[in-house]
Amino acid sequence: MDFGFKHILYALLTVFIVLNYGLILQGIVRKIGARVGRRYGIRWYQPYIDIIKNYAKRSTITHGVMFYIAPVFRLTGGIGLLLFMPVIFGSEIFSNFSFAGDLVLVLYFQFFGVLGMALGAAEGGHPYSAIGVSRGLSQVTAFELPLTLGVLAIAMQYQTLNITEIVAAQQGGFLSWTLFTNPFATIAIMFSFLGAMGRSPFDVVLAPQEIPIGPPTEFHSGLLGVLQLNRAIFPAAKLILFMNLLFGGATSWPELVVKTFLIYMWSVFVGTVFPRFRVDQSVRWFLVVPLTIAIIAIILIRF
Amino acid sequence: MKEDFKKRTVITPEGKPLEIDPVKDYFSDARPKVHKPANPVIEKFANWARANSLWVLGFGTGCGAIEMRPLMTPRFDAYRYGIQWRPTPRQASVFVISGYLSVKTLKRVVRTYEQMQNPKFVVGLGSCTINGGMYWDSYNTINRLDHYLPVDVYIAGCMPRPESLLHGFEELKKIIKEGRGEGANKYAEEFDWYKANQKKVIKDWDMPDYNW
Repeated sequence: MDFGFKHILYALLTVFIVLNYGLILQGIVRKIGARVGRRYGIRWYQPYIDIIKNYAKRSTITHGVMFYIAPVFRLTGGIGLLLFMPVIFGSEIFSNFSFAGDLVLVLYFQFFGVLGMALGAAEGGHPYSAIGVSRGLSQVTAFELPLTLGVLAIAMQYQTLNITEIVAAQQGGFLSWTLFTNPFATIAIMFSFLGAMGRSPFDVVLAPQEIPIGPPTEFHSGLLGVLQLNRAIFPAAKLILFMNLLFGGATSWPELVVKTFLIYMWSVFVGTVFPRFRVDQSVRWFLVVPLTIAIIAIILIRF
Repeated sequence: MKEDFKKRTVITPEGKPLEIDPVKDYFSDARPKVHKPANPVIEKFANWARANSLWVLGFGTGCGAIEMRPLMTPRFDAYRYGIQWRPTPRQASVFVISGYLSVKTLKRVVRTYEQMQNPKFVVGLGSCTINGGMYWDSYNTINRLDHYLPVDVYIAGCMPRPESLLHGFEELKKIIKEGRGEGANKYAEEFDWYKANQKKVIKDWDMPDYNW
């Protein structure tokens, strides 16, 4: 991969677009949630105001160095996930830093933010942070297993660890998407995706009513602002990842918006219908249903 | 002061004696600082954002808390005005003192208020926060809330209905947009007066003067 100054500008442009898309998506999805509950709901631009307000807070307190670094780690997880895969297939500007083994790196970035958050939450010293992080880590570990197996099945199917090549192999009509060529891996990954999005029934990590807000309990002002930026970028990046792996990627922004929105709706619909799992239930569920399907996918690929 | 909070010497696992002062270990005792508003243009924009993103701390101190629930449900739905619930004081910006405030709760309220970040706003809900209301001669409730915390808006009534709460929040928005919501700075400036008032009613004062 040749690297030039212009790639940095392209990367910043990608982050900017995806950030705005993530924020608007967040607002719209919360609005849909409210309409399901027969409420009028927030204004669609409320996430923007919340972020500005948090940055406009005048005072911050500290709990130590890790307390400052944790939000940065979290944001690095989101941006790293985004920047090492092609956002728009075939576009020079939005192919980002995709390289031969980016699939492995991207899987690592999925986990990276949670680990950083664990360190920061421990430094914050709040017991609710510790409970939230322990729940978060166990749940992430549980859904990483079927996710990784499903991704490996896809890598074996296409004989590559490069996301750009995986997308290229799916071009030419929707019947060549992984969704149809490898349905078992798709089902396993889409079940893990429910856990990755952290919406109900797997929102026990944040558990807004039960343990106040989970890992970010102690984070405030600008630190919370950084976490909110990540909360916009990270889901959008994950949506783009799953779109690339399973649904043939996107060759233009409108296609990307339609596909990622529909993928997001999968977790939103499940979330509005099913109530929250306890963490032991969700871990057990991930290790039974999606894991079995993922193992079937792997076995089928071998034959 | 409670036994647990007294200074004492403990023996470490290595067998060395160690002096500990739990009050100092658990809390900070630094005085609050006055944070001056920034450049007027930036401040105007920031105030607009603050007014349109009111994060209310989910802490019902009295019976008035029952009126805050319908606010968030379909009938009144305060979310459409940018009012949201926040369960942790670190992230909240509005503290609604809902109804009568007993001395025991006041202690928790003071600690929670001090944990919130500047700028922060206090809404007194119900007549009890204005003059004690029907509890004015009670032995264990306070009568005037603004002796203990700087209050931005009072909502009179016993109980005020959710409509008047919404109206109160709109008033609070006006105050913030005009740049008059400087309660946190007022608290820092008049710190000694507020502390003296708080200590007058809270008899078991087992915390440092300022605890964020």
